[in-house]
This record gives sequence, structure tokens and C-alpha cells, in this order.
Amino acid sequence: MADQLIIGGHRFTSRFILGSGKFSLEIVEAVVENGGAEMVTLALRRANLGGEENILDYIPKQITLLPNTSGARTAEEAVKIARLAREINCGNFIKVEVIRDSKYLFPDNYETIKATEILAGEGFIVMPYMYPDLNVARDLVSAGAAAVMPLASPIGSNKGLSTRDFIEILVNEITVPIIVDAGIGRPSQACEAMEMGVDAIMCNTAVATAKNVPLMARAFGQAIESGRNAYLAGLGRVLTEAGEASSPLTGFLED
Amino acid sequence: MAKKRTNPMAYQPGMEMIASDIRDKVLKTVDNFDHFKVSSQDVEAALKKDHLSAEDYGALLSPAATPYLEEMAKKAIIETRKHFGNSIALFTPLYIANYCENNCVYCGFNCQNKIRRGKLTMTEMAEELQTIAKTGLKEILILTGESRFHSGVEYIGAAIKLATRYFSTIGIEIYPLNTDEYAYLKKCGADFVSVYQETYNLSKYEQVHLSGSKRVFPYRFDAQERALIGGMRGVSFGALLGLDDFRKDAFATGLHAAFILQKYPHAEIGFSTPRLRPFINNVDNNPNDVHEKQLLQVMLAYRLLMPFAGITISTRERAGFRDHVIGMVATKISAGVSVGVGGHEEEEKGDQQFEISDPRSVSEVHQMILKRGLQPVYSDYIRV
Repeated sequence: MADQLIIGGHRFTSRFILGSGKFSLEIVEAVVENGGAEMVTLALRRANLGGEENILDYIPKQITLLPNTSGARTAEEAVKIARLAREINCGNFIKVEVIRDSKYLFPDNYETIKATEILAGEGFIVMPYMYPDLNVARDLVSAGAAAVMPLASPIGSNKGLSTRDFIEILVNEITVPIIVDAGIGRPSQACEAMEMGVDAIMCNTAVATAKNVPLMARAFGQAIESGRNAYLAGLGRVLTEAGEASSPLTGFLED
Repeated sequence: MAKKRTNPMAYQPGMEMIASDIRDKVLKTVDNFDHFKVSSQDVEAALKKDHLSAEDYGALLSPAATPYLEEMAKKAIIETRKHFGNSIALFTPLYIANYCENNCVYCGFNCQNKIRRGKLTMTEMAEELQTIAKTGLKEILILTGESRFHSGVEYIGAAIKLATRYFSTIGIEIYPLNTDEYAYLKKCGADFVSVYQETYNLSKYEQVHLSGSKRVFPYRFDAQERALIGGMRGVSFGALLGLDDFRKDAFATGLHAAFILQKYPHAEIGFSTPRLRPFINNVDNNPNDVHEKQLLQVMLAYRLLMPFAGITISTRERAGFRDHVIGMVATKISAGVSVGVGGHEEEEKGDQQFEISDPRSVSEVHQMILKRGLQPVYSDYIRV
């Protein structure tokens, strides 16, 4: 059976989720196509419905929209923004972002859990952006999250997997898809996260700030696929200590 | 005999005093820093850092940093793109009144200047707002002169309520208010407040603000803090560069914003960089104190201090300058600007505060942004 990413019962072949807030809109389609993304985020505050430069006019129709609640500082605000997204027919997916820190844009895990619980109760497929904390991730799953989206490093920093060890714990312990969001600066870092067993990557700045944006989108798409294949292939047996053999070393012992 | 002036540190009746140590911290740090003691090594060290200390920031504003403008620009463009991508926000100011009770020696709205005064009626305001909305803009900055008598808080609140019918983002640039008044205007629909200290040098401040409520230095200084306590989401800072030592004033402006953010981490921070422009009744004014090179140095230092802050480039600057700083350091640009009272729909009802250097329309600025490979952004905020 084909390797698929399943979020809230929806199936995706691509594991590359594209953030859209930093692009020139005229190239969104080329970026989506080159990266092979099937899901694109949409900052609702940017959706200038019926107006100039409305991002919704530029996202190809077959793409699944992932509206986000950026701009929300509390659970209450996130819930209001999510409901607005539904009102303008952006579907049932919602990426919960609750941020009350203008400097590092760190998510407020506590408010995020509250918003997740309310929105999951209203039938949204909730994908919360979070600081990678195991207890919080468990609470988010209990609150109804369809995936969790831990940050690799601060948004826009391009610093890569600063929180690697903590994300790895989530990979080991959490049953819903883990999607690394924020901080991935280059395809090799996306690949590394995927090798580790993360389910998907969300990326924006690293693609948007490249010299050749569509080509960078392609590079990310390939790196994510490559990392996924490496994970499925069973990385550990090749890369761990030289002594690891294919048959048990203690097989000669008598019972 | 010269008229006796009031003490600029003494609050006037009705002015709210809040508990804050930010003014002391800013002024002390400014006093303890000497821009002329900065070496090129200090500048180079600052340029290598991701997070600037006050000293690093001061170094980038110093004369020693002047030969490093290109390096600062290279670093600034990376930071700007990391945080804002290709996005350039568009907005326009609307002056709804130009009555003023302050006597500020450098300003065109000075209460002693014999200019045409006026304020828009609600009908005129609706017409102006509709005309601006037709250009596609979703963000507006409502401005008044500083007159509580002619343009009171309720009048401004009514203007804001009207503006919410057409605009998703509303900022105000008016006289400083008390906390409860900011809360009222927030309720009316405004979310962003700009207040410019003009100069952080108290003795200069006293010399140029001869009378009126603006003469009270600490009340103006704490305006951003009161706005945030009142529930506003974002506050903007600025010194009128060239009024006093621009390096010190820019240093103080950045520190003011940094200390505010430390205390109110959710606040969205913005900077504007006005410099003196020609106006009537003041032939001694020297607008060349801050040339473009110095202006750019200040903008770059703001960016490197706060990579995430919005920086607005004014129509007071020429098109050639504006077009080059967007995307590199500035993230917000005004377009279709009229700086008289009204003037978008009907003839202006009052004279202008200053002269603009870039009269381009919204669609002309839009096209320019696209030509530079950037993305014009009309909407970047939801009022919830």
C-alpha cells in the first residue's frame, strides 16, 4: 500500500506542507507545483476577500487549504479566526497558532490547548503549532488535535532542528502525525527531520527567501521524500556502531 | 520680557500618571553612552551578533559605523526577508483635523502659525474614507493636530467607527491619551498607536515645545505604555531626526521600544523615521542635518536591533529612496498620500503639516513594489 500521510481521515501523498505568507503571490502556483505540496497554509489575516492581491486567488483549486489563526494572542481570538475561516469556505482544517510574544513568535502552549479543545469540539481538523513539550503534546491529543506541529527553532530563523531531541521524544510517544513547523532553513534539515520519523514538514521562509524560489521548493520536496524513504528503509542498521550484525551475536548460546 | 514657561516635567490637570521605570532606564542608558568613543572594532563586533546589546546598538548608530553601511544593509536585508519575506504593507494617512493647541517651533501645525485650519464633518469623512477604500487599501492611519477642544476623543472615536466600515486595520496618530481613552478608541476599532517623542533630550524638548500639553515630556513618553495597557495591539516610535543629535535620539527611540517590548512581550513594535522638512514661518530650520545616508543608518540600526519590527518609510522621502529601502529595511509604505485635512475626495479643508516628496498613487506604488520583486500586502490583520 502506498505510503500516505493521514490527517483527520484525509489522505495525502506529499509530506511537504507549504507556508504561503512570505511569497510573491504570482509564483505560488509554480512553488506548489515544483514542491509537490498538496496542502498550503493561509493566514486568514492576509485573505483580502474580493480585494487586491487576495492570496486565495493564487492557490490552485486542487490544493487543501490549511488556514491558520496567526494574529491570535488568546484561545478566544484563535477560535474566532477559525470560525471566520469556515465562514469563507476555507474547509475544516485549521492550524492553531496562538502567539503573545512578538520577538520570537513562540507559541503559547496553554492557550493553544484551550483553542484546540474548543475547535475540535466544533468539528475542525485541528493542527496546533506548539513548543515541543511531551506533556503538552499529550494534552493536545486528548483535546482532539489531528496532528501536532512542534517548532524546530524560532519562526523565520532558518536555524534547523534546535529542538531535535524533544521532537524525537514526540515521534516516539505521540500517536498523531508530527509535523515539524518553523525554523527549517535548508533541505538537508528537512531531510534529517524526516529520517528521524517525523511525518511531514511545513516550510515557508527557507523557500520564500531563496534566489530561485520554485527550484528551492523542488529541492525541499525531494529532501522530504528522500528523508521519508530513509526512515522507511530503516536507517539505524546502517549507521549505528560497526558491531551491529544482521543475525544475533548471541545465537550460539545454549538454552 | 520673555514669557515664563511651565516645567516640562510637571503634569497638567487630567493627565494620568502611570508607574513605570522605562523613562529612567532609557535616559540613563543614553546618558552613559558616548557615540564618539565607539571604535570600528566595536562596530564589527556588533555586526557579528544576532542579538544586540544596548552598546552594540549604539555602536551601529555611531559615526564609526558610517563606513559599514553596506555591511549593515547586507545583514538588514537578510533579517527583513527572514521575518517579512517579500511582503510590503500598504497604507495611507487621513488627516481629519489640523487644529492644534501646541506651540512647537518646528511644526507646520504650530498654533501660532497662520495656516488654514479645519476638521472634517462625518459626511466629509465618509466621502474621504470611501474614496480611499476604492484604491483597494485596507489599512488607514487617522491623524489629527493636537487639540482636545476641536478634535476630542469622541470625535476621533466616531471617525474610527466610521473607518471600520471600510478598513480592516486602523491606526491613530493623535495627541497622547489616558489609558481609559485608549481603551475607548480600541473599542471603537483602532488597534495601533503612533506617538513620536520628537527628541529624548529633555532640555532640547523644553526649548522647542514652548506651550500646550505636548510640553509635558513624561506624559508623552509614557503614551505607548498607556496605549498597551488600554488594550492596543501595537505601538510605533519615532524621533524627529535632526531636531537634536539624531544619533542620541535614534538610540533612545530604539531603547524605548526595546524596554516596552520587554515589559509587554505581545506588543507589535513599529518605527517611523521622520526628519525635518521645510515649512512656513521658520527660515532657520536646517533639514540637512540628517542626509539620506544618516537616515538609512538609523533605519538599518532599528532593523538590526529589532529584526521583527515594522519600519515605515514616509512620503516625506523621495521615490528613489523609498523604492530602494523597501524589502531591505522598510516593511511598510504609504501611498496616495494627502497631508492636508481631507484632500482625497474634495479640496483640502486645512493646510498641510509638511510637504511630501512622493505623490504617487496607490496603483503606482503597487506597480513599483511588484517591479522590485516584492509583494504588495493590503491586509495583514483581522480585528477579532
